[in-house]
Amino acid sequence: MAYPQTYPKLYFYRRIVQAKLFIDHHFAEKIELHAIADEAFYSRFHFIRQFKNTYHQTPHQYLTNVRMQHAEKLLAEGLPVAVVCIAVGYEELSSFSRLFKRKTSMNPSDFQDKQRVLQKQIAAAPLSVIPHCFAYQYGWLEKEQFQTNVL
Amino acid sequence: MNIYVLDQDSALDFYTNKLGLKVIIDAPMNEYARWLTVGTAEQPGFEINLTPVHESILHSQGTVEALKDLVKKGTFGVGIFTCTDIMATYEELRSKGVEFIKPPTKEFYGTEALFKDDSGNWFSLAQLTPVL
Repeated sequence: MAYPQTYPKLYFYRRIVQAKLFIDHHFAEKIELHAIADEAFYSRFHFIRQFKNTYHQTPHQYLTNVRMQHAEKLLAEGLPVAVVCIAVGYEELSSFSRLFKRKTSMNPSDFQDKQRVLQKQIAAAPLSVIPHCFAYQYGWLEKEQFQTNVL
Repeated sequence: MNIYVLDQDSALDFYTNKLGLKVIIDAPMNEYARWLTVGTAEQPGFEINLTPVHESILHSQGTVEALKDLVKKGTFGVGIFTCTDIMATYEELRSKGVEFIKPPTKEFYGTEALFKDDSGNWFSLAQLTPVL
């Protein structure tokens, strides 16, 4: 039995999804919970409850997770930590660093150093991260410029 | 896990920006292929390799053309993505332009929808009934 388009709960789901997508698109801005609740046309209390029922985390927790995911990406790209802090919506470096460490168990600069080492390894010795069966299939094992020594 | 894709850049956009997976390894090998894997934070250690369909030791040019045709036709049902709330996930993916070939439908094992990636591979999206 397929869910009909007129399924009553669909309307509520669309509102919650709208709020989630609002967070996804505006995470770098200074957004308040009431603004997110407005996107879903809910009162603040009901919004938190419905959001948590659907996504098993509060809107604030979700916003923090989205910011941290983007922070990981930007740090891996080599942007300075202070720039990443602002780029993902935090004004204070200490708050950003604390939340980042809580999520990843590393402070931002250590995470960035680790990514830098990994990327250097991939650039210098790609076959150290590629299964040999795959590399063999594409004839990459015969190419002189690829090494298997891990730096 | 390998998934044959017709275009790695397009597949990367689909699996990261639409499905929400993240890049694990992106290692360019030559002008037409790279070792490209994606995954989720919830399943560390599990990687999906977005494999380009290209001539190789195992695949002649004829095989490549046949394989591309099979991928485009949606021959390959690759796997199941599970979720905790299928209606929310369905609505979100639809709003991002993911093509569904079956809407959420109650089955004996839970509620399931089917969608396709940008190459034509199809997947199940399922909210499974807990097994007691």
